Amino acid sequence: MPEQRSGISRKSAEAEAEYGNLVRSEYEHGFVTNIASDTLPPGLDESVIETISQRKDEPLWMLDWRLAAYRKWLKMSTPQWAAVHYPPIDYQAISYFSAPKKTELKSLDEVDPVLLETYEKLGIPIEEQKALAGVAVDAVFDSVSVATTFREKLAEAGVIFCAISEAVQQYPELVRRYLGSVVPPTDNFYAGLNSAVFTDGTFVYVPKNTRCPMELSTYFRINEAKTGQFERTLIIAEEGSYVSYLEGCTAPQRDENQLHAAVVELIAMDNAEIKYSTVQNWYPGDEEGRGGIYNFVTKRGDCRGAGSKISWTQVETGSAITWKYPSCILRGDNSVGEFYSVAVTKGRQQADTGTKMIHLGKNTSSTIVSKGISAQHGIQSYRGLVRIAGKAQGARNHTQCDSLLIGDRCAANTFPYIEVKNPTAKMEHEATTSKISDDQLFYCRSRGLSEEDAVSMIVNGFCKEVFNELPMEFAVEAQKLLSISLEGAVG
Amino acid sequence: MLSVQGLRANVGDKEILKGLDLEVGAGEVHAIMGPNGSGKSTLAHVLAGREDYEVTGGSVTFEGRDLLDLDPEERACLGLFLAFQYPVELPGVNNTYFMKAALNAKRKYHGQGELDAVSFLRLMKGKLKVLHLDDSLLKRPVNVGFSGGEKKRNEIFQMALLEPRLAILDETDSGLDIDALRVVADGVNALRSPERSMLVVTHYQRLLDYIEPDYVHVLAKGRIARSGGKELALELEEKGYGWIVDEAAA
Repeated sequence: MPEQRSGISRKSAEAEAEYGNLVRSEYEHGFVTNIASDTLPPGLDESVIETISQRKDEPLWMLDWRLAAYRKWLKMSTPQWAAVHYPPIDYQAISYFSAPKKTELKSLDEVDPVLLETYEKLGIPIEEQKALAGVAVDAVFDSVSVATTFREKLAEAGVIFCAISEAVQQYPELVRRYLGSVVPPTDNFYAGLNSAVFTDGTFVYVPKNTRCPMELSTYFRINEAKTGQFERTLIIAEEGSYVSYLEGCTAPQRDENQLHAAVVELIAMDNAEIKYSTVQNWYPGDEEGRGGIYNFVTKRGDCRGAGSKISWTQVETGSAITWKYPSCILRGDNSVGEFYSVAVTKGRQQADTGTKMIHLGKNTSSTIVSKGISAQHGIQSYRGLVRIAGKAQGARNHTQCDSLLIGDRCAANTFPYIEVKNPTAKMEHEATTSKISDDQLFYCRSRGLSEEDAVSMIVNGFCKEVFNELPMEFAVEAQKLLSISLEGAVG
Repeated sequence: MLSVQGLRANVGDKEILKGLDLEVGAGEVHAIMGPNGSGKSTLAHVLAGREDYEVTGGSVTFEGRDLLDLDPEERACLGLFLAFQYPVELPGVNNTYFMKAALNAKRKYHGQGELDAVSFLRLMKGKLKVLHLDDSLLKRPVNVGFSGGEKKRNEIFQMALLEPRLAILDETDSGLDIDALRVVADGVNALRSPERSMLVVTHYQRLLDYIEPDYVHVLAKGRIARSGGKELALELEEKGYGWIVDEAAA
């Protein structure tokens, strides 16, 4: 063990030197890392991709797909238009395959006490705390058996819910048909990288006229879900089906990977509905933003069929940088796209987030409700595009963008892009920026509420329209999470 | 109950309260009257703990505690209540939820268990009955889109729920028509009790026709210029404030 330990500290010292302050120093946090034997050294070239594909036992077409993506990615450059700032990332300093890719601590004593305090406040059971904080879990806890029960129930309904790598093996024709059909590898820099090197993620297939019997959540695959750096999610809802998918966890999650570049693709056929809810609470870094996660995600849904509906709801409180625009392509006539978002930035967090609603079909409609909250030195931008194509007769959009500022050192921007090529379109755009006023705070305090409770109440009130869209328990947790995130953010 | 001695307070550089004395005993209703700018609202806000006012001298004792040493929320938990002249809107915050949180904050402060939703609703329904209010206000966000009368009624309703030891009504009559005024006054009267004191800040004698005070004080130039029984209010109605202000200046 001691040899391995010195091995890892040398490695992290090298990485540290290359990344500058990008990589959280293992030593600083007192981590003792056991390194798995099959971790690839940092760096990316075609042989690395071949190795990944080989380790995953993938068919040749999958490897070819990855390699094609990689070759195109080499010619791409990082998007510069977002209002976020960070030092350049050295993509050769990242290790693209490691299994299991988790920093294991020996006990909760080694975990950042601040993190544990938060777990306590959220009321998370001890075994789950360990899993979240990256502590080796010795007892197999309940969720595994729970997962088995769920699997049986899903199988009865004919719903496929499994890891994407499993789907590549088991349902190659489905994966081949749909993978990259919404977010092609050439879509953007991070999507290209993800296409070349993704190692994990989720696959969901809901057959025709089937209502998925439960909310699907990666939580139920906790035994296999080591949230990867380059996650890939593919959800297909066949004609007349319905599925609700929950991603993430309200508990702050640590991860030794700083860069997260996930791709999520949703496909809804005729009259199908997909509801996708996210609570993202990655490590935001310390007070100066050091060591926080960069969350560069491409999420897009394709309302391919007539009368289909895709609804995105997100609560974003974590990460040092969030770059994320869950979008809808409203291809089918009468299809509906929705985007409900709450994003919080505090400390040195930066978020550039919003959506794209691309109206192609007739009588398509979309709703955007974005609530941005900035505190301390947080910087937040809403960036949204609504495009009405020439053939999209009778399209409608309603956009509402509200920003709430707490304190006077934070910032909120709104960048709405509207392109209308059909004169019958109806567009509504409302935007407000407000501050929590001293009057409001005093009013609450004069009724006996502490300043923090008052802030949390006002902020939750501000976000209500979005929380209403979340599944019940998720909404309760999200409220709690928001209160905790804003603790100490006032004054 | 409340003892104010030599209270001085500034807004910015301007001294508003200039050595104010006031004694309020348990169960008493005191009216504070006075012309515009005499410091009535300042007094109400200083007592409730608004931070925009700087206390520069004097002392305030409430229930044996040094009131000026406490945060606004602690004052509220100890039983001080301010009914606002301009109740504040809290978008998205449900009125019922708000009141439940407020009541539970107070209960927690006193080491009592929090009320669950069912017991709270029962309590709330009871209070509505006493005040002859309907429950249409409860489902809406706090004060958002309320009419002037609804806002004031909502203040009185909060007061009924929180059962303060000392209620300060800051120009509760302002902006009310005569019917709304009667409803609000009836509510206040229903809450009068030997344990509850009230400080009724008002401009006009009118309110005192409905809420009969035990004492009337006239505030002028940051001090109590004259005190008396309810007949003083009638005298003011007749003669205006001028003569008292002149006396105070003399």
